[in-house]
Amino acid sequence: MSEREAMEFDVVIVGGGPAGLAAAIRLRQLNPETTVCLIEKGSEIGAHIVSGAVIEPRALEELLPDWLERGAPLKTPVTEEEMYFLTETKGFKIPALDRVMPHLANHGNYVVSLGEVCRWLAEQAEELGVEIYPGFAGAEVLIEQNRVVGVATGDMGIARDGERGPNYQPGMELRAKYTLFAEGCRGSLTKQVMEHYNLRKGVDPQTYGLGIKEVWEIPAENHRPGLVVHSFGWPLDDKTYGGAWLYHFGENLVSYGFVTGLDYENTWLSPFDEMQRTKLHPVFRKHFEGGRRLIYGARALSEGGLQSIPRLTFPGGALLGDSAGFLNTPKIKGTHTAMKSGMLAAEAVIDALKTDRAEPASYTGLVRKSWLYDELKTARNVRPAFARWGAKLGALYAGFDAMVLRGKAPWTLHFKHADNETLQPASLSTPIAYPKPDNKVTFDKLSSVFLSNTNHEEDQPVHLKVRSVDLWKTVNWDVFRAPESRYCPAGVYETADADSNPHLVINAQNCVHCKTCDIKDPTQNIDWCTPEGGGGPNYPAGM
Amino acid sequence: MTVLVLVETEAGQIRQASRSAITAATKLGDVHALVVGDAAGADEAAALTAKVPGVAKVLKAGADVLAHELAEPVADLIVSLAEGYSHIVAASTAVGKNILPRAAALLDVQPIPDVVGIVDADTFVRPIYAGNALATVKSSDAKKVLTVRATSFEPAPAEGGSAPVEAVNAAVQDTVSRFVSAQTPTSDRPELEAARVIVSGGRGLGSAENFNALLEPLADKLGAAIGASRVAVDSGYAPNDFQVGQTGKIVAPELYIAVGISGAIQHLAGMKDSKVIVAINKDAEAPILQVADYALVGDLFQIVPELTKDL
Amino acid sequence: MKILVPVKRVVDYNIKVLVKSDGTGVETAGLKMSMNPFDEIAVEEAIRLREKGVATEVIAVSIGVQQAQDTLRTAMAMGADRSILVLSDESPEPLAVAKVLKALVEREKPDLVFLGKQAIDDDMNATGQMLAGLLGWGQGTFASKVEIADGRAEVSREIDGGTETVSLALPAIITADLRLNEPRYASLPNIMKAKKKPLETIQAADLGVDMTRRLTTVSVAEPATRKAGITVGSVAELVGKLRNEAKVI
Repeated sequence: MSEREAMEFDVVIVGGGPAGLAAAIRLRQLNPETTVCLIEKGSEIGAHIVSGAVIEPRALEELLPDWLERGAPLKTPVTEEEMYFLTETKGFKIPALDRVMPHLANHGNYVVSLGEVCRWLAEQAEELGVEIYPGFAGAEVLIEQNRVVGVATGDMGIARDGERGPNYQPGMELRAKYTLFAEGCRGSLTKQVMEHYNLRKGVDPQTYGLGIKEVWEIPAENHRPGLVVHSFGWPLDDKTYGGAWLYHFGENLVSYGFVTGLDYENTWLSPFDEMQRTKLHPVFRKHFEGGRRLIYGARALSEGGLQSIPRLTFPGGALLGDSAGFLNTPKIKGTHTAMKSGMLAAEAVIDALKTDRAEPASYTGLVRKSWLYDELKTARNVRPAFARWGAKLGALYAGFDAMVLRGKAPWTLHFKHADNETLQPASLSTPIAYPKPDNKVTFDKLSSVFLSNTNHEEDQPVHLKVRSVDLWKTVNWDVFRAPESRYCPAGVYETADADSNPHLVINAQNCVHCKTCDIKDPTQNIDWCTPEGGGGPNYPAGM
Repeated sequence: MTVLVLVETEAGQIRQASRSAITAATKLGDVHALVVGDAAGADEAAALTAKVPGVAKVLKAGADVLAHELAEPVADLIVSLAEGYSHIVAASTAVGKNILPRAAALLDVQPIPDVVGIVDADTFVRPIYAGNALATVKSSDAKKVLTVRATSFEPAPAEGGSAPVEAVNAAVQDTVSRFVSAQTPTSDRPELEAARVIVSGGRGLGSAENFNALLEPLADKLGAAIGASRVAVDSGYAPNDFQVGQTGKIVAPELYIAVGISGAIQHLAGMKDSKVIVAINKDAEAPILQVADYALVGDLFQIVPELTKDL
Repeated sequence: MKILVPVKRVVDYNIKVLVKSDGTGVETAGLKMSMNPFDEIAVEEAIRLREKGVATEVIAVSIGVQQAQDTLRTAMAMGADRSILVLSDESPEPLAVAKVLKALVEREKPDLVFLGKQAIDDDMNATGQMLAGLLGWGQGTFASKVEIADGRAEVSREIDGGTETVSLALPAIITADLRLNEPRYASLPNIMKAKKKPLETIQAADLGVDMTRRLTTVSVAEPATRKAGITVGSVAELVGKLRNEAKVI
């Protein structure tokens, strides 16, 4: 290990999403002397960003009040909103949306490509002197004397068999007084830090959703910039949380996607196929006529909200954004909360730097005093209500919570199970017949992954580590009939020789880094590790 | 309009790609074919070229310095002959691509490489982004210099014409480059990217033993290169450099036989430009069948040996 | 001995480009850009020559928009000693690029210009040959092996169906083919260090080169997709079709 080069910074930030970039910007705004280094595993900033996205400009307004003059890519204000409860053939529009579901009132918000927003934020950060290095994955947390002292990037050029190839380059130690983890949902280093410092002690298990998204280009005459459509109900059964979104934005672009709660029970459920078949519903189908699909991608998101947020700080650092779980699930928005958490963490770090404290502990208090906390507190009972009582009653509760309790219920509903514990055996699950792709509106998985521009250097160890192959056979195959082949939105997992000698084939090169396998595998037998930096999807602007 | 076409010969024959270039040139005007070589080589090439229908005149340049079709002297020769020609054309071969841009620079012309379609005398279609888009470009140069893709133009027949042969002044020098040697591969198996026929295997073969036992005899029979899908490579049936596909090699042989390959889009991206695609697969729904010219659905363990025997 | 390595900023090879729906071109806005892969090979070979003591300095040059300096930083992170950015508005054609490079060659006086054999965006495969023509230098295109000795470069070239070796008097032009080498990664420490290496910016106009395009793009279209063919019933039928209909065996 001594051959690794090292570099010292005041702050190292892992992850170039809205949380990490907002923290970086705030750090330099508060003290331009602070040396800040940000690494991002995607080949460029934005390459791994997947989000709807309708964003609330509140945090951006606080971070960069002159965002408009600086040319922030918030170009499409929300103009129309529709929320539907779907049955197989019909869609019922929810009336008086801003009263029944005030958290979904989107006026004043913008439909954006979050990837573009992040690219723009990165430009602002670099202008302020933040050093940004895309294409390098944080592979290892450096802990010395029980304090996080930085991260190491992964070695490059390790061959498939684990040996050093001809182009081997050792990773680099990025050492820092404070390390901020902003890896997004289910960060691989965040996971290690949480475990090491037992940060989840006393909080609810995190619950997740899987968002799968497509970007379409549609004929100009059908484009209604600023239109925001959401749905719940069909095609999911009442026990399964989730729904679709469809936003018109930019130059004749449509963002369409589907979130499936990963606490789903039916092992035959395929989030990808739910996303595809929802496009065929009359509420959605008309939006795709005459259009062409441009981009495809997927990413897990944290849905647990307040009850599931772990301790935020530890000696030498803090957790930011969706790595901590700051997404506001009923609002289906996490960008403003992620940014706000990054800004507050920056304040805490600047504070801790002054007094040379190991733990930037004031972060937690800053969060509690901010609108971020109020917002999550108000929203806290909605998602668990769905988990407890299903979609219809959950929605009813959400309306009651909003209109009568106004989020001030004296009780807090809790999550009882982690998402990997909810799956029912194949024998107890009802098979689902999904329609075949028509190659006009609906498509198969592989041609979809093709549109994510995903690639990994071929000659490297498989980054999806299956701890026990036997366990896969006795549990995943024998009991659940390989649920990973269905929940993986990128076709990474396949069962070969199902009739004779079933075994798992891992097409690691297809992986779009959504992290669902790390979350949903029934025995937590799959460990998502960072592949060689720069690998994974290359989502273009528009995503 | 008169067009000058650089014709290549190989092993006592006019290269097929050059006969395609002649076809393309006939769409633009009268064709004068330029053959180069040492004195004997140029004589032989000129005699062959004179027989190609569509050639109005053969220009013969014989000199030792031209023996190996090096770019430096041949480009100078073309420049010395360029006067009076509206277009200068060669096939998009290693030779054509080496020489013509050099000649174009000397003529202060922006060349148009890899032409796959001729719209009019100034306007041409050519692939960009590895064939993912076709650009139609219009040249404002007085003289056009282009190389043409052989697969886009039917080769002119080798026989049937009788053009006059005219020796041209071949007094060009080459003080900067020198031919040393040529190496043709010793293996009988052609290289993937250069092969006329490719036999490619996928997961359906089941093991490295089957992969070799079934595909090698078939490839031997056809003089074909062997390729593989990513899954076959990942499963250890075939080495890495066999992989055809978006992340492997991009190939466009005349005949591509896909054995037990389902046809993930990444694989299709690497072979979809093949002239004829044959798919042998047990799954009638496999995506490869959507691009195959001929599909044979059934057990490849029976079909492949039978095919090897019947060829 | 000095080596000049021109590098081009192109849409990353992992990205599938889309033709604009109005047929005016290919959508490149907002796509990841990288160094042209063949140019990476050229940079690698130049650095290896310096590491072997054959060359003393490797200078990367790029012609294009301001952001092309990212590409030059990559070249310097790989090991190039310094770089020159020639600013021009749009992506210039090989003829104009060759003229700009000729002007730089006259200024820098390198003994070798090492280029990629072609850029993966316009697929022109012309700049090296054209520069060689303008300079009157020897050219070793599509190189798969390069040796420098006694004031000459011996270059093995990929030709149809094999390789050939030519010997070039220096100074000369060499263009890199895929098999020449496998380029190294730009490591993080080297990327950090590359920020401090010299990068000079000059205007194309200051070199007195006429950048006017000779080719105008009339339209850009997607290639026709392949259609499904027929299913044959037997091996005999397949062989018959291949022989008599497709005529490929």
